[in-house]
Amino acid sequence: MQTTMDNDIIKPENLVYGKSKVLTDTVMHYCPGCTHGVVHKIIAEVIEEMDIQDRTIGVCPVGCAVFAYKYIDIDWQQAAHGRAPALATATKRLYPDKYVFTYQGDGDLASIGTAEIIHACNRGENIVVIFINNAIYGMTGGQMAPTTLLGMKTATTPYGRKAELNGYPLKITELVAQLEGTCYVTRQSAQNPASVRKAKKAIRKAFENTTQKKGTSFIEIVAACNSNWKMAPVKANKWMEENMFPFYPLGDLKDR
Amino acid sequence: MAFKGAVVVDTEKCKGCGVCIANCPTDTIALANKVNSKGYPYAMMANPDNCIGCANCAIVCPDSVITVYKVKI
Amino acid sequence: MAEKLLKKGNEAIALAAIRYGVDGYFGYPITPQSEVMETLMEEMPWETTGMVVLQAESETSSINMLYGGACCGKKVMTSSSSPGISLMCEGISYMAGSELPCLVVNVTRGGPGLGTIQPSQGDYFQAVKGGGHGDYKTIVLAPASVQEMYDFVGTGFDLAFKYRMPAMILSDGAIGQMMEKVELRPQVQRLTDKEIAEKYGDWATTGKSGRKANFISSLALEARDMEQINLRLQAKYRLIEETEVLFEKHLCDDAEYLLVAFGSSARICESTVEMARSKGIRMGLLRPITLFPFPTRIIQAMLPQLKGIMSVELSAGQMVEDIRLAVNGAVPVEFFGKMGGIVFSPEEVLNAFTAKFNL
Repeated sequence: MQTTMDNDIIKPENLVYGKSKVLTDTVMHYCPGCTHGVVHKIIAEVIEEMDIQDRTIGVCPVGCAVFAYKYIDIDWQQAAHGRAPALATATKRLYPDKYVFTYQGDGDLASIGTAEIIHACNRGENIVVIFINNAIYGMTGGQMAPTTLLGMKTATTPYGRKAELNGYPLKITELVAQLEGTCYVTRQSAQNPASVRKAKKAIRKAFENTTQKKGTSFIEIVAACNSNWKMAPVKANKWMEENMFPFYPLGDLKDR
Repeated sequence: MAFKGAVVVDTEKCKGCGVCIANCPTDTIALANKVNSKGYPYAMMANPDNCIGCANCAIVCPDSVITVYKVKI
Repeated sequence: MAEKLLKKGNEAIALAAIRYGVDGYFGYPITPQSEVMETLMEEMPWETTGMVVLQAESETSSINMLYGGACCGKKVMTSSSSPGISLMCEGISYMAGSELPCLVVNVTRGGPGLGTIQPSQGDYFQAVKGGGHGDYKTIVLAPASVQEMYDFVGTGFDLAFKYRMPAMILSDGAIGQMMEKVELRPQVQRLTDKEIAEKYGDWATTGKSGRKANFISSLALEARDMEQINLRLQAKYRLIEETEVLFEKHLCDDAEYLLVAFGSSARICESTVEMARSKGIRMGLLRPITLFPFPTRIIQAMLPQLKGIMSVELSAGQMVEDIRLAVNGAVPVEFFGKMGGIVFSPEEVLNAFTAKFNL
């Protein structure tokens, strides 16, 4: 069901922008306004534009994006929590001509998966890591993540995160940027057209890097979780700009 | 060069998040006063005359429910 | 002319992996099996067969590398020892649930906990009953010689791919470290990417080329779906129990008493049987080679002729429970074992036997 107006403009030859063919028809289970949907879209667009749908293998996490395999029409491997970089390591080493990427959240990558991501990056695996950082655990109901900001209220920090109790927000992107094995480390976002375009460029660059055997490309997308932040989607994006960006500044940390 | 645009929303898949509305530069798109079968109020081209086919709405849409057209005028 | 070398059990695993056309080995050092990866690194098979050999950052990572490689339809393996296998149990459960083939070698050491580096058979439960969560089984092969360490790499992979499940070689520190003659088999070519896509393209993640996308997952949030998956797994395991049992009998035809032992323990019990026979005791030895599937029917078929059975294990007694299940009270089942890395002598086994059966 579509709202079509009797409109001369709505003709195939006038098409400017539509849904990528690499996205499936399955309605995404993500909450309204969730950044996951936007990032899935630009990944699909990059895969479509590079014409590599038949040669791309994705590794999906445990987290809200556990169902990523339903939405992007490529081969997918569903990893155990935090282990996606290990799966991707083997896949890429065994199939050096394929495009291999992981898609991970802040619990998956920066908590249980810390060893796997550090070592995959340290080995310089020729893969793309897409790290969605919304500073909270979505799927399990809004608990603290390693990247939760000080003072942020979550299900396990009901009075706000305190450093003496829970330590500090983890800047894992800065850590991997220091490793010799990473060639491209960048922090992006996807809440407005300009940032979505930049993020897509970053993803495209990362995929192209993997064919040049330069090492690991690591893209953090600073994201919003409006449900667990308990804000409306637009308000959550605003809160993200005002509170997350100062702590997790956007831009390239490394670009070899 | 000026453009005239139009957007088509897949209203059944729209979740009414409003991010498209916040990013529309011409006040074209708005939330309808109705809900779809999932209970979400959906986005719609409320002021078609304003649309310039910039595709901002579609670019930020998490669910890829918006298709954008434009012609040169 | 057969190619025969004098090698350690661990080295034989490595050589077999290369000869059998294994695509990838991903492992982590731990005593008493580090020679497996060390040998692979020395042999540099990436230059000959193109095999990938990678030292991972942990056993947890290793098993997940296996998961990724197996998703792609590749022959992938790892080796570790008891505490490392514990770390791998989550991954093995995931691979069983996702129906992925792979080979895991456990060169068992004394435990529990960090334990010791001497040999043990205390991981029988972990291997056979499933060390990870959920209703699953893995094929378990128990070598008792360096040659079997070599040969079971091929057998393990054959069964793993035949049934799309993990296979395990349950060895121990003694067999891993001892040196024996081993005959190397002719080189098997690694499958090409095209061959893999043809053979396993209905499930493997080889790139969605000319087919619908494949995804490998063990997640099924609908209970009805999860039940169907489990029913399918159980049917597979029942079939394996009927058709894939491997065992060896030693002097069983006229035996009145039966020792049941696997791996190193079986090697020792061979001597015990000889000693018993020289004393006029009609003793035989049943050596299970597959621990899953267990030779339940083989034991049951022997019951009419037996006065007693003794399970002999380097543990507190784990396989003895499966023997008791098979025997179901028909004849007395005794147990003798040593724990913590201590290895018994043939005489100790015989003395225990005569004491328990009042002979």
